Amino acid sequence: MADITISHLVKTYPGATERATDDVSLDITDGDFTVLLGPSGCGKTTLLRMLAGLELPDSGSIAVGGKDVTYLPPNKRNMSMVFQSYAVFPHRKVRYNIGFGLSMAKKPKEEIDRKVAWAADLLQLGPYLDRLPAQLSGGQRQRVAVARAIVMDADVLLMDEPLSNLDALLRLNFRSELKKIVKDLKTTTVYVTHDQSEALSLGDRVAVMRKGQIAQLGDPLDVYDAPADRFVGGFIGSPPMNFIKAAVSGDGGALIVGDQRLRAPSLLQSYSSTDVLLGVRAENVAVDTQRSSGDVPGTVLVVEPMGSSILLTVEVEGQTIKVQAPPTFRTSPGATIWLTFSPNSMRFYDSETAMALVAR
Amino acid sequence: MTTTQMKPLAPQPEVDTSPLKRLRRDRALLQAACIVISLFMLVPIYLISLAALSTRESLNDFPLSLLPTNLSFETLGAFLGSTGILGAFGNSLIVGIGTLLISALIGIPAGYALARFAFPAKEPYQLFLLFTRALPIVVLSVPLARLFLTVDLYDTTYAVILLHTALALPTTILISASVFLSVPIDVEEAARVFGCTPAGAFLKVVMPMALPGLAAASIFTFVMSWNEVLGASILTLDHRTLPAQVLTSLADSPLAYRFAGGFALVIPSIIFIAFMRRYLTNMWGSTIR
Repeated sequence: MADITISHLVKTYPGATERATDDVSLDITDGDFTVLLGPSGCGKTTLLRMLAGLELPDSGSIAVGGKDVTYLPPNKRNMSMVFQSYAVFPHRKVRYNIGFGLSMAKKPKEEIDRKVAWAADLLQLGPYLDRLPAQLSGGQRQRVAVARAIVMDADVLLMDEPLSNLDALLRLNFRSELKKIVKDLKTTTVYVTHDQSEALSLGDRVAVMRKGQIAQLGDPLDVYDAPADRFVGGFIGSPPMNFIKAAVSGDGGALIVGDQRLRAPSLLQSYSSTDVLLGVRAENVAVDTQRSSGDVPGTVLVVEPMGSSILLTVEVEGQTIKVQAPPTFRTSPGATIWLTFSPNSMRFYDSETAMALVAR
Repeated sequence: MTTTQMKPLAPQPEVDTSPLKRLRRDRALLQAACIVISLFMLVPIYLISLAALSTRESLNDFPLSLLPTNLSFETLGAFLGSTGILGAFGNSLIVGIGTLLISALIGIPAGYALARFAFPAKEPYQLFLLFTRALPIVVLSVPLARLFLTVDLYDTTYAVILLHTALALPTTILISASVFLSVPIDVEEAARVFGCTPAGAFLKVVMPMALPGLAAASIFTFVMSWNEVLGASILTLDHRTLPAQVLTSLADSPLAYRFAGGFALVIPSIIFIAFMRRYLTNMWGSTIR
């Protein structure tokens, strides 16, 4: 258990022109579960591999528990890792696989046996200890990989998309199991994923990465609710956040979307007569077949029943947005419906930099 | 659903069994082809073994009996007892195993480097490796004989080992490079993270996983060395390997001697292959990964 301090980490792969991680700094508190989230090629895996010592940075530093580890070889870092491809050793039995790290650390045999039994019990691998990995299913192999990582008492637990090779149902089950296991371990954990639902459900903190930089770092709900820029809002959430081109009126009191005027929150007072992007989540738009005050008309383009809700694609003033309606809502393509944007859930972004607007 | 089940079934078209028949015929043909190819390999070995294990007289019988009716170790015994044969047999073993060890010692790390690291001129290097094989053995052997004469290595098994190693290295390197490529790098990295030094990760994880492929490379090396005649004959006089020894005495020896020689040449490599075969087929109940 230890805290991690990453500062100004720069890495460029040989032959590449863009930096894989571009001056990344990140502080991770002891015992925290931090998720690095981003699209492929954003540098999240590179960052994790530099933590593990499998890649070396060009400049910058990494400290774990107050000790510099920037250029230390992987075996001297006291970390453990779960790989995306499981990376279990196919030529050895499950028991050996789980105890591998401990026997490399020359721990006494009874301690290894005890810990292997404990991890096998925790991950329901008890009956498979004397099998070879080839005789296990993909889900069981991933359990072996997790068991191998958690027996280590490592300072830091690293996970590189550990669930992405599992099928959908298994992934959902194992996700909650993993959360419980890691919470009980209280080990500092860094978890890499491109799956935003995994990030939101697992993390104490989420770092959304883009082009080698951290776009936003925060509590999962904050990141979801108040994205720091258009990229984060568009990446997190299914469907992604809607972005509507709008303008603030001359007196700053109204938001103009096409021919419609909405009441502007006080934040926009200081942004009078500027173009802005209105960001709003699909579930924060109320729909009605009747007109009431403050409503905006829209034309339904697509109706997608999702079971627990109905996802509507609606054209509003020439812009297409996604709206989540209750499952009882009945409409059909071509119909006109009335939308209400709740003022508290509206987010505003600069129309050029796409960064969140702040009161000034 | 119940209402649809109540409906009378639509008339089914008659089952067309011709694809099934074709499948069965193809399988039978495949089996037949396997048998023919096996016979092509096995019949000569059988005939040689039969002739080597028959009495000298029965070889001249007409018609020749194709069943082992009068077995005797007389011919084989005479062959093995004749001058230089046992020594040559030992030399062949020494050269074969020596070649195997040295080419593995040099070739496996080289193959690993080719598989894992990017370095300048990697492609030309791989091509360049094969140049040794492009030179005829005679062209290599004569200057080598001169060289070995000056450094006092001529007419020793070491000389032949060195030549055979040079001949085997290109294939050892290229085969082991492709073998190491098939070992996922994740597994090696996992070993590193869980406390192995680079050498430890190689020995504990990569080597065991690569073993089947490396066994194939070693079979290739050993059999190449066991069968190589020309270089061995040029580089030695009194310390000949078995094929070189048999070759020199073949022309002026009786028929039985030739069969016994052929038998003695074939059997050790078959035994070696049979032993290494264990490592060739999938060892852990499935392929790597």
